[in-house]
Amino acid sequence: MPKNTMINKILVIGSGPIVIGQAAEFDYSGTQACQSLKEEGYSVVLANSNPATIMTDHTVADKVYMEPLTVKFLTKIIKKERPDALLATLGGQTGLNLAIELDKAGVLEQYNVKLLGSSLEAIQKAEDRELFRDLMDELNEPVPASDIVNNVESAVDFANEIGYPLIVRPAFTLGGTGGGMCDNEEELRIIVKNGLALSPANQCLIEKSIAGFKEIEYEVIRDSKDQAIAVCNMENIDPVGIHTGDAIVVAPSMTLTDSEYHMLRDVSLKIIRALKIEGGCNVQLALDPHSFQYYIIEVNPRVSRSSALASKATGYPIAKIAAKIAVGLTLDEIKNPMIETESAFFEPTLDYVVTKIPRFPFDKFLTGDRTLGTQMKATGEIMSIGRNFEESFLKGIRSLEIGNGDFYLNHVANEDTASLTHRLEKADDERIFVLGELLRRGMTEKEVYDITKIDPMFINKLNNIIQLELKLIDNKNDETLLRVAKENGFSDMQVARAWETTETEIYNTRVKLDLMPVFKEVDTSAGTTEATTPYYYSTYETHCEVTVTKTDKVLVLGSGPIRIGQGIEFDYATVHSVLALQEMGYEAIIMNNNPETVSTDFAMSDKLYFEPLSLEDVMHVINKEKPLGVIVQFGGQTAINLAEGLEERGVKILGTSLEAINRAEDRHQFEALLEELNLRRPVGKAVTKAEEAIKIASDIGYPVLVRPSYVIGGSRMEIVHEESELRTYIEKYPDINEGEPLLIDQYVTGIEVDVDGISDGVTTIVPGIMEHIERSGVHSGDSIAVYPPQRLNQDVKEELFETTDKIAKALNVIGLINIQFIIQGTEVYIIEVNPRASRTIPFLSKITSVTMANLATKCIMGETLSELGYKSGIIEEEEDVFVKIPVFSFEKLRSVDTTLGPEMKSTGEAIGYDKTLEKALYKGLIASGIEIPHEGSILLTVADKDKEEASYVAHRFHDLGFDLLATGGTAKFLAKKGLPVTEVAKIGVEEPNVLSVIKDSEVQFVINTLTSGTQPRSDGFRIRREAVEHATISLTNLDTAHAILNVIDLTTFSANPVKNKGVTRNDS
Amino acid sequence: MSKRQLVLEDGTVFIGKGFGSDAIKYGEVIFNVNMTGYQEMITDPANFNQIIVSTYPVIGSYGINSDDSEAIEPSIGGLIVKEVNDYPSNFRSEESLSDYLKAYKIPGIHGIDTRQLIKVLRNKGTLKAAIAPMDLSVQEIVQKLKSQELKDNEVNLASIAKPYIIPGSGERIVVINLGMKQSLLKELTERDCHVTVVPYDYTAEQIMRFKPSGVIISNGPGSPFALEKTIQTIKKLIGQTAVLGISLGHQLLALANDLEVERTKYGNHNSGYPVKQIKSDVSYLTNQNTHYIVNRESVNESNLEVIYAGLNDHTVQGLILPNKKAMSVQFNPEGAPGTNEANFVFDDFLKIIKEN
Repeated sequence: MPKNTMINKILVIGSGPIVIGQAAEFDYSGTQACQSLKEEGYSVVLANSNPATIMTDHTVADKVYMEPLTVKFLTKIIKKERPDALLATLGGQTGLNLAIELDKAGVLEQYNVKLLGSSLEAIQKAEDRELFRDLMDELNEPVPASDIVNNVESAVDFANEIGYPLIVRPAFTLGGTGGGMCDNEEELRIIVKNGLALSPANQCLIEKSIAGFKEIEYEVIRDSKDQAIAVCNMENIDPVGIHTGDAIVVAPSMTLTDSEYHMLRDVSLKIIRALKIEGGCNVQLALDPHSFQYYIIEVNPRVSRSSALASKATGYPIAKIAAKIAVGLTLDEIKNPMIETESAFFEPTLDYVVTKIPRFPFDKFLTGDRTLGTQMKATGEIMSIGRNFEESFLKGIRSLEIGNGDFYLNHVANEDTASLTHRLEKADDERIFVLGELLRRGMTEKEVYDITKIDPMFINKLNNIIQLELKLIDNKNDETLLRVAKENGFSDMQVARAWETTETEIYNTRVKLDLMPVFKEVDTSAGTTEATTPYYYSTYETHCEVTVTKTDKVLVLGSGPIRIGQGIEFDYATVHSVLALQEMGYEAIIMNNNPETVSTDFAMSDKLYFEPLSLEDVMHVINKEKPLGVIVQFGGQTAINLAEGLEERGVKILGTSLEAINRAEDRHQFEALLEELNLRRPVGKAVTKAEEAIKIASDIGYPVLVRPSYVIGGSRMEIVHEESELRTYIEKYPDINEGEPLLIDQYVTGIEVDVDGISDGVTTIVPGIMEHIERSGVHSGDSIAVYPPQRLNQDVKEELFETTDKIAKALNVIGLINIQFIIQGTEVYIIEVNPRASRTIPFLSKITSVTMANLATKCIMGETLSELGYKSGIIEEEEDVFVKIPVFSFEKLRSVDTTLGPEMKSTGEAIGYDKTLEKALYKGLIASGIEIPHEGSILLTVADKDKEEASYVAHRFHDLGFDLLATGGTAKFLAKKGLPVTEVAKIGVEEPNVLSVIKDSEVQFVINTLTSGTQPRSDGFRIRREAVEHATISLTNLDTAHAILNVIDLTTFSANPVKNKGVTRNDS
Repeated sequence: MSKRQLVLEDGTVFIGKGFGSDAIKYGEVIFNVNMTGYQEMITDPANFNQIIVSTYPVIGSYGINSDDSEAIEPSIGGLIVKEVNDYPSNFRSEESLSDYLKAYKIPGIHGIDTRQLIKVLRNKGTLKAAIAPMDLSVQEIVQKLKSQELKDNEVNLASIAKPYIIPGSGERIVVINLGMKQSLLKELTERDCHVTVVPYDYTAEQIMRFKPSGVIISNGPGSPFALEKTIQTIKKLIGQTAVLGISLGHQLLALANDLEVERTKYGNHNSGYPVKQIKSDVSYLTNQNTHYIVNRESVNESNLEVIYAGLNDHTVQGLILPNKKAMSVQFNPEGAPGTNEANFVFDDFLKIIKEN
């Protein structure tokens, strides 16, 4: 069927800021969709408030609106642009929900906008639990016994009817937010109450638990001719009970017979046909391991994280095809992008095993609840490819960048067996390492199965790995065994541990033995048809399929799995570097392992290696391709960390040298550099012993800033106010005692500023300076950042530039540099220098129109900024004001403290821009998901040191008509200041108390500042968590509070009596 | 098991490890791209004596059960895989793939770069090969492979000796068993057919004595050119009763109508092969397992009509006679392994019968 010619302009809705459950995969699918529609000649208007994405680049769509994703703003866009159609199935749950809301509000009808892809009816049928169940009944497809409830009592009634265990799933929430498993009434009551509060429809599904079943997913596509295919199926190693986003997954399924595979495939196709979806759909099924009994768990009538994974696992770009189907093309007439002579109506056949392993944020959130369940907790994931399960799995383990790339964690190995067995039962983020360790200690496969219900086939394969490891330990330097180990995916690191030698030693042995991997293609046809754009993975076999061209080539290293502190921004920079290299005529080769991102789209680079980013794997690619060099400055800490090993092995690092990187990152060298340049920094010192730390801290004077020397995103960084706190800190991170230096710095309070520059060694340009709303002490990734700076005068800006230029020259930076400053009065302090891409690159590139990663790449490859038309200095500021608002995923991470501090906690960001700061903030806050109330009550409970300042905030809220509530000390203080305040009882006292007023939604804002240390169970912590669980705005920083007050002030009108000034009539 | 070698007739040698039986086996190597369904593949009589290389690398993970076989015994000559999994897990699994093959004296070889082998076959077409112990000299094996004429009596061996009946209350169907899969019968019994399965060399007279309302000529191994007798039978059946040819049966129906049939470079062994139904313009994924194809031009010059065509290559995938009483499909509508989404072909056939 030909494409629809009745429509010309299509509005595409993106998924907004990145949160757990809705991440980079929607940048990949959205970018593909926009490009795919443009290819067909449509004019594409894009709405997405996430500035860190490729999809919001002006080259991706014809018009880009980085406005808040709300009905109000989308209506404005629709009114202005008058699109003929809306495509909402590529923007995750956010996109779907907005389509429903726009329809309900009558906007689609009013402006005659046709909805493409899935009909509203289909969306409702798949998303609304009751309608979904009705549909399944109609199709005669089984779903677990369940009931929809709108209140806690009906949930309890239902539970009494069908018994425990039960699963609670709130309707219309991302990644199962607020859901959970419960074994008794008490747990049920808590989870349902919470779930109802979080569900926009005030609805929860209570479901009979089928934990222990196999969890299988199918990615299916259907077109308007009712032709349908299953692109891929996937089997979760973790059985039902753990959210699929948190499960280790293989593709294709490994334990299903042909009849089981096709039974479930047929069901999936039946469902997509019944829903009449034109596009992609994800069907999750549970299969009884002991019979043919299956249940439908969930249907997502849109592209999803799983479809991104399936696309990368198979080479079949689902979003791209789905977009073409949405405009009327059919599968038989769309080309297979991988094999030009064939159509898209086929099911890829794989001749490799794909493993997906989630990446969790608990290296940051040490106190968080690490137990896995129905609520997704992973921030990112990796995908790995191998020719057997063992290889695929172990490549996945080292792609995670946890520990040193070995299937072994020191702290797990140090734990006793009883405690490990307990952890295996509970299933936490490190479960697979725990499982490995228990096998190592002799737990039988049967015992592991009884505890985990993981299919025995997978347990057997994992045990193969452990048994081989034990064999290696018993047969040191056995070369035959080394080959077997490599064929089973062992890293040099893992062999080195077994043989008690070094990674380099093993690598050298392999070089000597010529024991090197070959590269195979991902080609959708298992090698039976010539592919035009395959991508590659390594394996230890005989025949290599890579053709190395004669063109000059450059290897760009990606940033691996998304984690807090290293997000999609680095993928953005990586992609732009690749594009710049191509512009310059180089062959751009990319290496990455993140299936969610644009950088691993095979159409993006000249060659893609889907590989772990470990030293040995990078070396294999380099040995094969022999590039001019490697670019490491766009791939975040992942790539930077590889630089030293690469240089040691004779690889050329392009751009800023390794020496410069070390001078910036190594404490001593950095101090020396600043001294040499006569630049100021907060005084501080690196220490390696606890007692030395205590002494230095008291010399500097509290509060001090403490952190380990090499850090990502302020990992483990804390502001410490007194000696006892410092001692607690040292106790908490004992590995610091093991040789890793600890940094202790004076804590300077002031305006924090981010400067991003590009240098070619001679010319340095600063495309923009960003000022933080929150004073120093809050991690730059967690602060609200403003461009252009509002509180800095020209002199300070000049000084910032001069300093940047000086440092860039001293380090001989070729490419990007990011410097963080604190401005105290007129004094400029340097706190950090990063001679590489920073988190702010995409944001600044978009608002200043300076394509920073592109320019930096050109500098790296030897062009000069002056040739490119730039002169040293700060690029002229834009007139509008732009703000970057951090977005957190606290509601998904139980027991994580929401207090902002030096340790980064946000998962994404939103943009707001307008003519004034307040308007920009207003939009940005809305885009970040904060609905600003204009009336109501505010609860204050602040530390003594903050009371004076907090009283101003209270005053302003009062002036705007808010009622004030406060706990004991704070209430007395405010009363003394003459403010009408209601005192609420503290925790533990009979209700109403401070928790109950939050729980019962009596307050709209909670302002709470940190009382003491980071003791997790403090009252302040419980108050902050309570606010998060009940979706109440919780502010832990008074600067943020002021900014929000400005916004409320601007958008409300307060009632004030006339001031007694007399009346002057202007008669003239 | 110890090291074994796979020797191709062009002299290429792959060294791997043996599994299953340690017998020496000579045969044609074909590749199969299905990710599941090795049990169905091994037991499909159409694969008689073929040495099959599976593109999916890990085979054996769900073991072998009593339900999923397509014939009483496996029929392949040998199996080549990247990795054989001898620790299967599935609630129906009764034995490991290795043990099963061993019981039927079928050799297997694993641990070789199967993807490299696929590329060789893709370039050179189907080759003869041997799975042999290491002590046999490559030269000797190649010599033997070159001199060996492959027999063309596979259907004789894959078919049955005596007819049998599967009672049903619906249409009376005779299936000429050239090496059919059990799943074909399943499709017919699900449609209440009264089925009589007859040997490949049953004559038209013998068949018509059963008073069938329709005759199905099944798929099977080997070359259609070796089945002159069956071709004559089909010629006589056409006009007397409704006829449905499947795969080999399709090629025989074509030959019975004086169309040309060709051997392809490396056959088509794929359970997800896209085929378009001409009248509806809708495509389906189909199971294919054959070396031969009907020549398109010869159809154009005849009075037969193409009712299905390869979506990408426009090959002849289905034919119907002008009298609309005989039709045939290149694919196996019953799937197994793979999808049976094209099994409406049986409904179409029953419709033809009813309209007669």
